[in-house]
Amino acid sequence: MEACQCEAKWEELDKIIAAHRGRPSDLIEVLHQAQDLIGYLPRQVQVAIAEGLGVSLTEVYSVISFYHHFTVKPKGKYQVSVCKGTACYVKGSPEILERLEKELGIKAGDSTDDGKFSLEVVRCLGACGLGPVMTVNKRAHGLLKPDTAVAVLKQYQ
Amino acid sequence: MSTVKLTIDNIPVEVEAGTTILKAAEKAGIHIPTLCYLEGINEIGACRVCVVEVEGARNLMASCVAPVAEGMVVKTNSPRVRMARRLNVELLLSNHKMECPTCIRNLNCELQSLAQELGIRQVRFEGKKSEYPIDDSTPAIIREPDKCILCRRCVAVCEKVQGVKAIAPMGRGFDTVIAPAFQDKLLDIACVECGQCTLVCPVGALYEKDYTSEVWAALADPEKFVVVQTAPATRVSIGQEFGLPPGSINTGQMVAALRRLGFDRVFDTDFTADLTIMEEGSEFIERFTKGGPLPLITSCSPGWIKFMEHFYPEFIPNVSTCKSPQQMFGAVAKTFYAQKAGIDPAKMVVVSIMPCTAKKFECQRPEMRDSGYQDVDYVLTTRELARMIREAGIDFRNLPEEQYDDPLGESTGAAVIFGATGGVMEAALRTAYELITGKTLPSLDFYDVRGLKGIKEATVDIEGTKVRVAVAHSLGHARQLLERVKAGEQYHFIEIMCCPGGCIGGGGQPIPTNTEIREQRIKGIYQADAEMPIRKSHENPSIQALYREFLGKPLSEKSHHLLHTHYTSRGKY
Repeated sequence: MEACQCEAKWEELDKIIAAHRGRPSDLIEVLHQAQDLIGYLPRQVQVAIAEGLGVSLTEVYSVISFYHHFTVKPKGKYQVSVCKGTACYVKGSPEILERLEKELGIKAGDSTDDGKFSLEVVRCLGACGLGPVMTVNKRAHGLLKPDTAVAVLKQYQ
Repeated sequence: MSTVKLTIDNIPVEVEAGTTILKAAEKAGIHIPTLCYLEGINEIGACRVCVVEVEGARNLMASCVAPVAEGMVVKTNSPRVRMARRLNVELLLSNHKMECPTCIRNLNCELQSLAQELGIRQVRFEGKKSEYPIDDSTPAIIREPDKCILCRRCVAVCEKVQGVKAIAPMGRGFDTVIAPAFQDKLLDIACVECGQCTLVCPVGALYEKDYTSEVWAALADPEKFVVVQTAPATRVSIGQEFGLPPGSINTGQMVAALRRLGFDRVFDTDFTADLTIMEEGSEFIERFTKGGPLPLITSCSPGWIKFMEHFYPEFIPNVSTCKSPQQMFGAVAKTFYAQKAGIDPAKMVVVSIMPCTAKKFECQRPEMRDSGYQDVDYVLTTRELARMIREAGIDFRNLPEEQYDDPLGESTGAAVIFGATGGVMEAALRTAYELITGKTLPSLDFYDVRGLKGIKEATVDIEGTKVRVAVAHSLGHARQLLERVKAGEQYHFIEIMCCPGGCIGGGGQPIPTNTEIREQRIKGIYQADAEMPIRKSHENPSIQALYREFLGKPLSEKSHHLLHTHYTSRGKY
């Protein structure tokens, strides 16, 4: 089993699980708290949650894989979110995404091997007038073109 | 209970409140096609094949989940309904891996039949197709997600009936796939390989690993001496594959078919079912008189054993050390019989005909080599045997009835009932009672342990001593029973069979296998028992001879070496 970056936080995770022990219906709440704590949901964490709440690992993973918010891979230092909501889409966000994927050498949903960037697609950031929009660690960058999007990334190198 | 009046296709119907439109229509003799629906197990309205038009409602309703209402006017066959059904099935076909002529479920596929029934002659859409690898990691079950239509019947059976939860929907939308967590391989997870998913899969997305080519090769090899054994439950199910009514007893035809396929000896797992009773009955008597550990739990069902090893390893000391009849057969065939018949066991191939997919896993367990060779070489399910019979062009229905070969073909009524839930318990009680008391049982029929009730309990009076027994079938019920035991409930003897109804409802049985068919097969099993001249295992002359000539007595050193085994705690992850 691959090493997880969660050992240091195990005690806190145990506390979260203990507060919901034996309550399968609390699964999503616990997943949120665990991901907030650790940053992602590796297998060991999922097993601990399954055991604690009394659900199967299959159910845990099924829920995680359903919601894009949950991730089983560590996120990069910089979280790049490209909006593909309707307004951004018609103003060219697919080209932005395509270019960023090429630039970073990863697909949306993945992180770079050096742990610096992760890339995801989101639906509407509420800044449609600035479309196409992307955020980097919650800071918005608007009116992008493929070249300017790449230039934005350079700021975070 | 209040009732509701409605009309379906202009036919007035009166049903209990809360009834679904589908059930109400059935009562009125109207067939509504379904696909994802599995009565009592998967009622989720997902596939929308069963849609109907309800007057006053804007949308079509999924009749499998929509309840009836007073004065409802339902149309099951309007142009709008027919168009919607056709469209829904066309959409399923648009991304289906259509290789029907070579698919294992060809001619027994619900998607295929539905497309025919709905008159679909072309698929108007070319969908994007998924490309998942085939998972053939286990010796028993193959997953082929590209054929999956996401009906979730397998998920429901695995969760609700078996309580195993090996597979679930992963991802969402087009990317949804029914799989283990992390899309792990079935081999690496707590799947018990019971094959109930293969019974309910409407298409060819989950099916048994086929070993017919290995068996054909052995049969064609002049160097090999190929013996076959047939499990109790197969004789009341094989006929269904050839259009005979479910539950009809076709023992003689099956023996004849196996001979025509070229097996050198046709033997019966019923013989070693009797042997199991001798060993397990003696084990029970010993534990009962010498203080445990009790309850003793039966060990014939390999799906149950693997389940116990994954989820309840604390019960390992309670589970009988007896190998299953299949494995006892292999060990006896390659030692006692090989010696007696002067056959080199290295050249002997033992094939089993089983109602079960988990038996394929069982025969490959590393500890199942006590004869010095792999005791059982290949396991074929009832379905695979039927395939071989068809391939050989044998007219099964018109075969003459033939007899099993001696001596591993002689058996009793106690052995045949191993095929149904409660049967191992009943067979054990018939023998234990007589061995303990030295008296003849007044009645051989223990009705309390028969039938499809999930958990059955009985108290048997053995000369003043009350023996408390319990019987569970399906792993969901097994789980409930084991939790009762953990909570302090006292039993002396427990029978657990993995599949609903016992082996007659096994994962390797003909498709469909549903509650009605299970009941018919159970009826066949007890009829076969009643027709046997000998109905108690300890009275089987060939078993008596086996002990006299070879094993000594039950639980002897030789018995322990060949007929008993041990278990492994496997963990859940």
